[in-house]
Amino acid sequence: MYDFLVDLIGNEIIAAFISAALPVVFIVPFVIFGVLMERKVAGHMQDRLGPMRVGYHGILQTVADFFKLLQKEDIVADGIDKKFFNFAPYLVFAGSYAVYAALPFSSKYIGADIDLGIFYIIAVSGLVVAGILMAGWTSNNKYSLYGALRSAAQIVSYEIPTALIILSMVMLTGTLSLAEMSEMQTAYFWNWNIFGGAEWSFTKLLLIPFMFAGFLLFYISSLAEVNRTPFDMPEAESELVGGYHTEYSGIKFSMFFLAEYANMFAVSALVSVLFFGGYHSPIGYVGNTLGLEALIPFEQVFWFAAKGIFFVFVQMWLRWTLPRVRVDQLMTICWKYLIPYAFLNLLIIGIITLI
Amino acid sequence: MLTEFGKIFVFLIFAMLFVAISIFIARLIRPTRPTKEKLKIYECGEEAMGTPWIKFNIRFYVVALIFLIFDVEVVLLFPWAITYKDYGIYGFLVGIIFLVVLAIGMAYEWRKGDLEWARPKPNIPDLSKILKKKIAQPETIEPSADN
Repeated sequence: MYDFLVDLIGNEIIAAFISAALPVVFIVPFVIFGVLMERKVAGHMQDRLGPMRVGYHGILQTVADFFKLLQKEDIVADGIDKKFFNFAPYLVFAGSYAVYAALPFSSKYIGADIDLGIFYIIAVSGLVVAGILMAGWTSNNKYSLYGALRSAAQIVSYEIPTALIILSMVMLTGTLSLAEMSEMQTAYFWNWNIFGGAEWSFTKLLLIPFMFAGFLLFYISSLAEVNRTPFDMPEAESELVGGYHTEYSGIKFSMFFLAEYANMFAVSALVSVLFFGGYHSPIGYVGNTLGLEALIPFEQVFWFAAKGIFFVFVQMWLRWTLPRVRVDQLMTICWKYLIPYAFLNLLIIGIITLI
Repeated sequence: MLTEFGKIFVFLIFAMLFVAISIFIARLIRPTRPTKEKLKIYECGEEAMGTPWIKFNIRFYVVALIFLIFDVEVVLLFPWAITYKDYGIYGFLVGIIFLVVLAIGMAYEWRKGDLEWARPKPNIPDLSKILKKKIAQPETIEPSADN
């Protein structure tokens, strides 16, 4: 994509900027759709209808909300550390946006095709923690401080099981690049990593249960990484008002919101790349049967988005199924259950790959 | 020629620009009518008492330390995870020994109770009592008074 843009425009910097702008073209409609989906899923699961007023069955509700947020007054209360208070939304959004640089949307589009791929994603998501701590501490509000500290402890702790599962996937595939990892799981769905990878051998059968275990561990810890229920202590609205963004209003608040939904999609996309074949179609391409090569990248973007949105839907589903855990239970789940199991999974997958 | 990391830098700049532009657009169209009540810190309608910038008991200080160790460990293991297959069983064992040492460290922390939310009181074995019991045990006919 970048090379194509360079040929088209002739200037590298402008081409890089256009290529970097493409994820936003995806994120903003996704957030508009995702917020509506969240409310509709919540409504229907509780036997309500959800928003119904704006547009047919309320489909334009989020657009209306967006314009409302845009013209809201921006209140910076007394005693707030203004400089850092204003800087925190930048950091949080940049942190979650930088993750999209290494996500392969299709075989033709990846923001930056670095060999370190997934390692870079683990590293750069640390920016979000810094932004959240900054927002919580400078807000001069007790709720914000509690929310930020809980959030930081949670994200930091659950990074370890996530990293361990990623490590075991790296041992299986032998590469850190997400594009290569997706390329390995090409063709039909039985080549996905969750079904033991593309190689047909005895080890494929042995791997399947451990891949499923790895997927579950990864999904649980990714839920905690993006502060979703049942791990939504940082924003527990019944105890902490709004968590670290209590004092934010108007467009700055919506930047936090945007970053949160962008993160939700990013971890879901990561799940799909690691275990469910990334951008590859489970049932073959229409472009191949019709003989239209140009159609394939668009189909790949469709499958990538569909898999991501499915896992986002599961996150919303879990929100209305499970109650919130306590803070001490949260830490117990991470340190006493997820990490030992992830360790064990890593060892077993290592032994199986050696056979 | 932009390198791949240069593109990531462009991504970061673009994200910052995106936030800056949206905040700028909002500034053009939003009203600014602050009042005394609006500018108060939100505390569910109560008057805010004191400052939140106090010394704060972070319970998971030790957990943060263990996290640091584990994070460094993961960083060290990534290169190993890519290349261990080239060295066969020996390459695998080298990594496993490293992992086991760390697991022992974590088991120690667990045993010490640093992973509990409320840290239990350190249970220091009282040497004098144990010795007394051992001495007292043979003479079962006469149980010691201060048990």
